[in-house]
Amino acid sequence: MKIVVLVKHVPDAQFERHLSGPGHTVDRSESILSELDEYALEAALQISEANGGEKGGNTVIALTMGADGASNSIKKSLQIGASEGYHLSDPALAGSDAAATSLALAAAIQRIAQDGPVDLVIGGMASTDGETSLVPAQLAERLGWAYVGHAKSLDVNGATVAASREVDGFAETLEASLPAVVSVTDQINEPRYPNFKGIIAAKRKKTHPLALGDLGLEAASVGAAGSLTVLEDAQERPARTQGTIITDEGDAGIKLVEFLAAEKLI
Amino acid sequence: MAHVLAVITSPDGALKKNQRELLTLGRGLGDVSVALIGDDAAATEAATYGAAVTYTAPAAVSALGGSARAAFVAEAVSRSGADVVLLENGVAAKELAASLGVKLNAGVVTDVVSLSTDGAATKSVLAGSYTTVARARTAVAVYTVKAHAVEPSEAPVEGRTEAIDLPESAYGAAARITSREAKPATGRPDLADARIVVAGGRGVDGDFGPVEELADLLGAAVGASRVATDNGWIGHDSQVGQTGVVVSPQLYISAGISGAIQQKAGMQTAQVIVAINTDEDAPVFEIADFGIVGDLFTVLPQASEEIRRRRG
Repeated sequence: MKIVVLVKHVPDAQFERHLSGPGHTVDRSESILSELDEYALEAALQISEANGGEKGGNTVIALTMGADGASNSIKKSLQIGASEGYHLSDPALAGSDAAATSLALAAAIQRIAQDGPVDLVIGGMASTDGETSLVPAQLAERLGWAYVGHAKSLDVNGATVAASREVDGFAETLEASLPAVVSVTDQINEPRYPNFKGIIAAKRKKTHPLALGDLGLEAASVGAAGSLTVLEDAQERPARTQGTIITDEGDAGIKLVEFLAAEKLI
Repeated sequence: MAHVLAVITSPDGALKKNQRELLTLGRGLGDVSVALIGDDAAATEAATYGAAVTYTAPAAVSALGGSARAAFVAEAVSRSGADVVLLENGVAAKELAASLGVKLNAGVVTDVVSLSTDGAATKSVLAGSYTTVARARTAVAVYTVKAHAVEPSEAPVEGRTEAIDLPESAYGAAARITSREAKPATGRPDLADARIVVAGGRGVDGDFGPVEELADLLGAAVGASRVATDNGWIGHDSQVGQTGVVVSPQLYISAGISGAIQQKAGMQTAQVIVAINTDEDAPVFEIADFGIVGDLFTVLPQASEEIRRRRG
């Protein structure tokens, strides 16, 4: 099997995150591999291992789209266990919305498939920056493949993928023919960490650079120019300030109710 | 004036509150019609909320994934001439919206909290740290709208239904839903829509009793931190935050939650935050409007008792 994992380099949520510039784009200076993509990578590695790993002809490819720093997310993916990486980077991609991102990723996957068919694309349930959840489904639509979102378990056998999920108040099971695009939640597994052996092995693994020209895409079809939505305004929410803090002296429950009553909340 | 198509999934033929909100919101923008997936009985109620035409989906669509649903909605957009498509903000609705965006080359804006007549959509991003205004720059615009965007109100019209039939080939490579089971109703409001949330974390140490007791007295939803759901103390559905449910209630009561950054992010769009924690240095106190350094196992039951006493 050939599995492509979508990995995104996102601002670390441990720090304050900012929008800046005329397009209100996310400042990516303190960025890391999106935590939610680690579950996707782990799911891909488990499927590969269950089918005999690399020796059994399985490949797990980490694909990212982003500026230079995004190569760190590929590097980490290779250290964790991906076989090779593809880094799609081009100044024209800056400011891409979900539609433009999925267009570029679809072209990248078609490019990867020229060297042998891709069976499965796995992504996280959302990026931790844009948080729209749109890209995997749009990618599936562009590739003409089936899409299974928010899986909390996956079962791949030869020609089909089966998944269970809990969404919108329903427990569902879904089934799709391969090739397919899947997104997974943080319920699906416990991601492994890179170990020393993995870190050494990653140095020998290849990362293939991709630019728009390699994909036959025009600059105007991606980035801010090719996006179908525009962010017109962004206002930072005023920081929350600390209110009244009391220490319980035996009557804090009553004081809590007094506070709620004064705020007309009960 | 816009022509709005509201997408409604109603397996049991009744509209949920946020679906009535979608129709009310749509009426404020222009003429409204409905693309209905599920039981046709919902068409009657849709007309009560102003839908002149309800397009009904082929039965097969209910058991297929977002791409097939989008094929049906795309046909309804074409027949109605809609230039605005409104959907709920759940997982399935976003999947449908994503596919529809590609099929129609339409811009999609998710998590919308308010929508102006000229198509400017307000939403919050980066875990509530920014409020942004986004807009689709395409002939058709697709929005997924959060609950409480408007107060639902009736405006009955003489509605009619129009069945849309699609050839099998239109469904493309959609996933098949092989089983679906509604989760048992808790009697509590949905976490995503609740006006009040009472949430527990590590500090409840396996016992959500006091949290649930206060929640039920306040008509609140019960939330939980990731630690609490990972420990199996409560279902994953109750998880608040980035990988759980994003909430923005009027009141958020946090009990035994330290408030590490992701947890703080999950609650910071609440209007009022109350925090109870034994650790006076817990980060949650930095954002609490009212903080109690104390044991939730004494504070919460006392608060519940006081509420009962006041209500007589």
